[in-house]
Amino acid sequence: MATTLFEKVWNAHVVQSIENGPQVVYIDKHFIHEVTTPQAFAGLDKRGIKVLRPKQTIATADHNVPTKNQLLPIKEALSRKQVDTLIENCKNHDIELYGLGHPFQGIVHVIGPELGITQPGLTIVCGDSHTSTHGAFGAIAFGIGTSEVEQVLATQCILQTKPKKMRINVDGVLGKGVTAKDIILYIISKISTSGGTGYFVEYAGSAIRSLSMEARMTICNMSIEMGARGGIIAPDEITFEYLRDRKFSPQNFEEVVEKWMQLKTDDDAVFDMEYNFDAADIEPMITYGTNPAMGIRISDTIPNLNDAGLEKALQYMDFQKGQSLIGKEIDYVFLGSCTNSRMGDFRQFCSLIKGKQKAENVTVWIVPGSKQIEQQAIAEGLDKILSDAGMELREPGCSACLGMNEDKIPAGKYCISTSNRNFEGRQGQGARTLLASPLMAAAAAITGKITDVRTLI
Amino acid sequence: MEKFTTIQTASVPLNMEDVDTDQIIPARFLKATTREGFGDNLFRDWRYNNDNSLKEDFVLNNPTYSGKILVVGKNFGCGSSREHAAWAIHDYGFKVVVSSFFADIFKNNALNNGLLPVVVSPAFSQKLFAEIEKNPSTEIKVDLENQIIEITSTHQKESFDINPYKKTCMINGYDDIDFLLSLKDNVEAFENQYQKEF
Repeated sequence: MATTLFEKVWNAHVVQSIENGPQVVYIDKHFIHEVTTPQAFAGLDKRGIKVLRPKQTIATADHNVPTKNQLLPIKEALSRKQVDTLIENCKNHDIELYGLGHPFQGIVHVIGPELGITQPGLTIVCGDSHTSTHGAFGAIAFGIGTSEVEQVLATQCILQTKPKKMRINVDGVLGKGVTAKDIILYIISKISTSGGTGYFVEYAGSAIRSLSMEARMTICNMSIEMGARGGIIAPDEITFEYLRDRKFSPQNFEEVVEKWMQLKTDDDAVFDMEYNFDAADIEPMITYGTNPAMGIRISDTIPNLNDAGLEKALQYMDFQKGQSLIGKEIDYVFLGSCTNSRMGDFRQFCSLIKGKQKAENVTVWIVPGSKQIEQQAIAEGLDKILSDAGMELREPGCSACLGMNEDKIPAGKYCISTSNRNFEGRQGQGARTLLASPLMAAAAAITGKITDVRTLI
Repeated sequence: MEKFTTIQTASVPLNMEDVDTDQIIPARFLKATTREGFGDNLFRDWRYNNDNSLKEDFVLNNPTYSGKILVVGKNFGCGSSREHAAWAIHDYGFKVVVSSFFADIFKNNALNNGLLPVVVSPAFSQKLFAEIEKNPSTEIKVDLENQIIEITSTHQKESFDINPYKKTCMINGYDDIDFLLSLKDNVEAFENQYQKEF
């Protein structure tokens, strides 16, 4: 029977099926961080059991960490305790921890791929909804809750109901200044914040195939923002080239690539739902509301609809129906998060700001996704370009994506953010988030207002 | 896990769509290392002003509404996978959440914590909100064994779906880990076979 890429990987990992129930799915790699694991380890300790396969679990500290002076003790006691608890749990259970000070430390969804731990055909979970990022490599990767983290630690398996199958095709050529972030914000604006719920999405089409691995990660990262369990892209030469010579890439690389090449959807496989988009319809995107589906093309205006949710969102954002966002003054720019904190994002951002100055009214936070990216950015002289522009390269972490660590946007302030969520208070109590690409963030950083990046390139 | 069979209480209506888990429990309250106490910060920024005084217009602060059933709008629990959202709702005292549509991860998290997510039709959801508004002391009965939800004042009923495995877990208070641990030999056999293939 013709099967999809998702089914091929899923079926290879089913240990057994429960009659009228979920399936027992084997997990190859389990990423963990400090926020969603302490209760899971406490559960194991209470049962008196150890992690079943510690070598398949990889830990880092990212959500709670400061992005300045990382080697000093974390100031906030509760954050420090969570990070210390992770260190203790990893030690007790023999788990590799890339914690603060380690050259591999970084955002969990950035370090997995850059170390070559994320590979085609694997099942990957993490107590974080943006685990969908790893699907860019042709892996099944999805976010789980803490009880499920405990399941995986204890048994290397998880109970899951098989999701339905969706394919989203994006064909054609992307216009000037249009990036992966714009593709995914455009898709979410069309499908809605719940349109993918119950589905696992395969992204396909010529526009997707043309993207770098980093750009594909940006797409898969935001699958959860339309409710989908995860996103997946068939591995190809671009994938294999990215993985060649990574720290944990397979030793018998060429042999494994032969197997990876089989990982694709059969021509006559059928999806439960399919969408088609034309890359030419996509422009640089920006969100105006309080969920990621409330986005428009930069040349469009805020929709004029009678909708209670829209009205509540516009009240929070202090925007009006029918308004264009171009020219709106902003206060903060945040380049970072598991969506857009990789080298390609940094290079794009710096290509636009090189030789220019940050606008006076704007505070700019530049936060690399990992220690390795920070080092690479310095090696390429991007830190100099940033400092010449009046911006500062900080240290890796989730930073201002989620209002949990020291990096919070103050109430009422507008932030153009390359992160993934514009929920009320997401970046700090009362903060107003506008999601956009690194290029759009760069344009706002130097002009001090929302600017169509195409006018600057 | 706490056992769940049947409940009949008044309810609290939160008639909003797309309520994300950042609203249910903001990230700055995720720093605990235990599961307890999250109820204090449930819907924190909708419930409290900055000076910790109550926001009177928020439904949880309205004494008209009470009970152990939270009735919510479509796409409840979207966003972050934080299980703290389910813990917070349960810790506050709710045993059931009723919606016409739940986000996936939230639904799993609720089921894993003895918080029953009941999915009703959009029409029944509207009836619920209308009836609760008309008569806030209306009791809702949720019978898991028979998979029936009923508005007791009007006797309007609807049956709801739940995965039979999860139903058994809820009724008996079993958790998934006990079940998975019992499969240890099967998992090892799978690993042996799997490693040969890859």
